[in-house]
Amino acid sequence: MSYLLKFSLILFVQIIVTSVTIAANFDYQLKATKVAENTYVFVGETEDFTFENGGNIVNTGFIVTSDGVVVIDTGSSLRYGNQMKEAIASVTDKPVVLVYITHHHPDHFLGNQAFKGVGIVALGETIKNINNEGAGFADNLYLMVGDWMRGTDVLAPNHVAELGLVTMGRHKLEIMSLAGHTSADMAIFDHTTGVLFSGDLIFHKRTLTTPHANFEQWLASLTTLRALPIKVLVPGHGPITKTKKPINEMVDYINWLDETISNAVNDGLSMTDAMQIELPERFKTNALLKSEFSRSITHLYLSYENLVFKRVN
Amino acid sequence: MMKKTALLLLCLTFSCLTFAKELPQDPLGSVQWNDMYNAFLKGHPAVFDDRVKLIAPNFAEDPMNVPVTVDARNLKDIKKIVIFADFNPIPLIARFYPTGAEALLSFRFKIQQASPVRAAVLTGDGKWHMAGSWVNSAGGGCTAASTGQVVGDWMDYMGEVYGKRWASNSSNRLRFQIKHPMDTGLAPGIPAFYIEHLNFRNDAGDVLAHLELFEPINENPVLSLNFKQRDKSTPIFMTGSDNNGNEFEAEFHL
Repeated sequence: MSYLLKFSLILFVQIIVTSVTIAANFDYQLKATKVAENTYVFVGETEDFTFENGGNIVNTGFIVTSDGVVVIDTGSSLRYGNQMKEAIASVTDKPVVLVYITHHHPDHFLGNQAFKGVGIVALGETIKNINNEGAGFADNLYLMVGDWMRGTDVLAPNHVAELGLVTMGRHKLEIMSLAGHTSADMAIFDHTTGVLFSGDLIFHKRTLTTPHANFEQWLASLTTLRALPIKVLVPGHGPITKTKKPINEMVDYINWLDETISNAVNDGLSMTDAMQIELPERFKTNALLKSEFSRSITHLYLSYENLVFKRVN
Repeated sequence: MMKKTALLLLCLTFSCLTFAKELPQDPLGSVQWNDMYNAFLKGHPAVFDDRVKLIAPNFAEDPMNVPVTVDARNLKDIKKIVIFADFNPIPLIARFYPTGAEALLSFRFKIQQASPVRAAVLTGDGKWHMAGSWVNSAGGGCTAASTGQVVGDWMDYMGEVYGKRWASNSSNRLRFQIKHPMDTGLAPGIPAFYIEHLNFRNDAGDVLAHLELFEPINENPVLSLNFKQRDKSTPIFMTGSDNNGNEFEAEFHL
C-alpha cells in the first residue's frame, strides 16, 4: 500500500513538473536559414520522433517569389505549420500562395491545416496514400510526441501536381514525379537558383528509412537527380550541402542494404540474427544507423524471403 | 470460453495466495509476473538464467510481426520451452518440444501493447530457466483483422508452405513460411483461426520436434528451427493442423 502511495505521489509530482516546464512553450524555435536567393529552409534534427523534439526532424522550406510564397512540406503538426507560417511572415510580407507536399509521410504534411485555403499540391498517388494511411500516421505521432500534436488532423492536398516547369515570379520550378522512398516522391528543382528540394529521396548524415521503399525505383530516382545542375541540395532530412556527395552516399547505402539483407536470407539467418549484423564503419557517421537498419530488416526481410523460399508442399 | 474464464479466475485467486518468496524477483519488473507464473509455469520453481537468451527488438516497428529468437542451446536435457508475452490479451505464444532439435527457435508474433516477452525452459531436473525482454509497441497487433481476412483471399493460399533447408556438419536448419491467416478471435466478427500443431519427423519416422502455436503467432508465420540430425540426404517431414481441423504437410530437401 505504501509503495502504491509513493508511486502515485511520484507520478503526480512528475506530471505537474512536466506540465509546467513544457506547457509554457511548445515552440519549435523554427529559424529560416537562407540557402540561396529568395530561398529558405527550416532545418530539423537528425533524430527520430520524440517528445523532446516535438517531431521537428524534417527539413521544410519556402521560396519567396513576386507571385507569392511557395512552401515545400509543412512539417509534423498543426503547431509546426502555424509556427512555420509565422517564421515565413518574419521574412516576407508576401502571402503563401502555393504549398507542395513531397510525399505522404507524416513529418512532411501534418502541418497542412495551417495552410487551409491555399492550394496544397502533391502527386496523385501521394494524395491517395495520405487518404489511406494519413489517419494512422497521425495517431502514431500523438503516441510518440504527445501534446505537440494538439489539434492536428489530416488535411489531404487538394490539387494534383502539374509536372514539368512551373513559373512563379522569376523562379522556374521543375516539379518531378519520382519514386522509391515511397510509391510517389516529388522532387522540386529550382532552375533559377539551382536549389534542389529532394524530399526524402535524399537523407544526409541521417540513415534513410524504408517503410515504403522500393530500391530499384529509388536508385533510378537518384540517377535522375544526380544529372541535375544542383548548386544547393536540400535533403528531406539532414544538413544542406553544395555538393552531390549525399547522392553517392545514398546509392552506397542502398546497395549495401540490398546486398546485406539478400545475403542474410540466403545464408538462413532469422530476422533477429540479421538485426545483429556488424554495420560498416563508413555508415556510422549517419545518425540512427543501428535503429534504422533494424527497422529496415522489419520492413524488407519478408520480401527477400519470398525470393529465396520455394514451395515445399 | 467458460474454460478460459474459469482458468483466469483460478489464476487470479492463486496469484493472491502466492507468497512473494516463492518466486524470484522479476528482472523485468512486470506486475503480471506472478500471474504469468501461475498460469504457465506452476508446479516447478523458476530461475532467471543467463544461459537462456530471448532476442527481440526493443521496439515493435511492425506490431503484427515482431521477430523473436529463443536460444537455450547452453542448457542440457530440455523438456519444453514456453514462450509468452505478459501484457498480450492472449499471453501464450508457443510451446516448443525440441526432442531432436536444437533449443533454438525463431518466429514472429503480434503484440498488442508494450510487454515483456519471455521464454521459460523446463529442464529434466524440474526447473524453469527463464529469460525475457521488454518490447515497446505503439500497439494494435492482436485486435486487427488479418490481411487475408481483410482482402478476403486467404482461402486461395491457406496451407501452402514455402521454405528452404540448410545443412552444416552438425545440424540441418529449416526456415519456412506457412500461409495461414492466424486470426486471434479478438477482431470483431472474425473467430480465432490459427495453426495449433507442427510436428517434424525424419525419414525413419523419429520425432525431431513438436511445436504448439497459439493465436499471437503472426499471419503467414515464418519459423526457423535447427535439427540435430546430421544426415543431409534424406528429407525432413513436417505435418501440421489448425484449430478448424485443416491439415497440411511439407517435405524439406537440401
